[in-house]
Amino acid sequence: MMVWLDHHRAAARLAMRRLGAAPLNSLLYLLAIGVALALPAGGQMLLANALGLAGTTAAAPQISIFMASSADRAMAAEIESRLKKRSDIKRVQFLPRDETLARMKANPGLREVIEALAANPFPDAFVLTAADERPEVMEQLAVEFRQWPKVEHVQLDSAWVRRLDALLKLGRTAVLVLGVLLSAGLIAISFSIIRMQVLTYRAEIEVSRLLGATDSFVRRPFLYYGLLLGLGGGIVAWLLVGAAALWLRAPLGELVRLYDLTLVLQSLDARDSALLLAVAAGLGWLGALISLSEYLRQN
Amino acid sequence: MAAVIRFDRVSKRYPPGLDALSDISFEVAEREMVLIGGHSGAGKSTLLKLVAAVEKSTGGAVLVGGQNVSGLARSALPYLRRRIGMVFQDQKLLFDRNVFENVMLPLSITGFPPREAAQRVRAALDKVGLANREKALPVMLSGGEQQRLAIARAVVGRPNLLLADEPTAHLDSDTAADVARIFHEFNHVGVTVLIATYAGELFPGARRLQLDHGKLLP
Repeated sequence: MMVWLDHHRAAARLAMRRLGAAPLNSLLYLLAIGVALALPAGGQMLLANALGLAGTTAAAPQISIFMASSADRAMAAEIESRLKKRSDIKRVQFLPRDETLARMKANPGLREVIEALAANPFPDAFVLTAADERPEVMEQLAVEFRQWPKVEHVQLDSAWVRRLDALLKLGRTAVLVLGVLLSAGLIAISFSIIRMQVLTYRAEIEVSRLLGATDSFVRRPFLYYGLLLGLGGGIVAWLLVGAAALWLRAPLGELVRLYDLTLVLQSLDARDSALLLAVAAGLGWLGALISLSEYLRQN
Repeated sequence: MAAVIRFDRVSKRYPPGLDALSDISFEVAEREMVLIGGHSGAGKSTLLKLVAAVEKSTGGAVLVGGQNVSGLARSALPYLRRRIGMVFQDQKLLFDRNVFENVMLPLSITGFPPREAAQRVRAALDKVGLANREKALPVMLSGGEQQRLAIARAVVGRPNLLLADEPTAHLDSDTAADVARIFHEFNHVGVTVLIATYAGELFPGARRLQLDHGKLLP
């Protein structure tokens, strides 16, 4: 156990030393890996922010029911009690036509128009929040309410929720595809870098084997090298995404404000950051493992 | 006494049909010092490589400590080599590591506890007269010192078998005699030594085998 630990400690130290032996090379390697990883990581950052934004604004997609203008108060009261009995409706807000009229009259531009009309043009209305906010469920409810007596019109404001939902789904797929592609790229980068390392330290590998080194002894420092390379690249990617988030925060906030929303762009959260670093380190290690196994098999 | 090395009708043929060694049989007993002489290309290096299973024989059996090494699985090779000290013709020193680290390498490979390993490294360096050059890089050493460093690395694991390929080549006569003396010292404390060399006169008292075009002369 102690021997095993010593071996690992020595291999890690050797890997560090090799990284430090050619600082410019190492820096460029890290940059290459970092930029490659920054693309999916940045996509994930934007997606997480978009999800957050959607979560706050689309929290309660609503259904509006407008009564026919011929319906009297009793009809409206009946509809209201029907709605309130249902467990699939979370909240019912009744908007009496008189109140709507009064509220509209408060708007100076509309007042004159409304006063020119002979009768109150507004119907009694209900605004509902469903217990289950999935678009298909809301659609079903709307279809049902349209059958009810004296209901003139049922409006679903879930259409844009659906669009947003589809857009986010697309975004998630794009990030996933990008992530998979660039992960494969990272393995390839690590493979080639380790290949070059192996050629650089070929003499050492040969001597070690002649002196009785096992394959795993020979492999170990290179695996650490690959791991450190991946981890370093992951940190570079993390910094790039963080910088991008800071840089985009003001202009994006302004853009979103035009839509009456607020957004303070956040960099990757703790979970995504940990995932990024773990995946980067793992892939660097994997590239090294493939590279070394290939070399040891051939020699 | 038990044979440390036994060659039984060993041949080694390189493609496309070059016979480096053919029909070689001999034994090396424990604590013996044996020289392998012969012209350049006679097969001296190949013979040593067969002992350490760096090369595999194409015929016959090479037994080291009673174990047929030509049939060893790849995964068993490291453990064979840890029992053998090797001084290579081209030394194979690591030029980016200092004297101490070069000698430390075999002990790191076997996973020696660091403190004990350091003591052993110093003892080995002391024995070859490099005790005060620990921190030097191999390029800073003279030819003789490099050879002594290679010997220190070969013996630091305290093997009971030491192989050396032309250990005194390219050295001036004083230095060569000095290096030969070191091998004698190890032999005196019980190490079996097999040396491929032109310079048999440097190793008085050693048994000699003579190779000629891959065949052992009687």
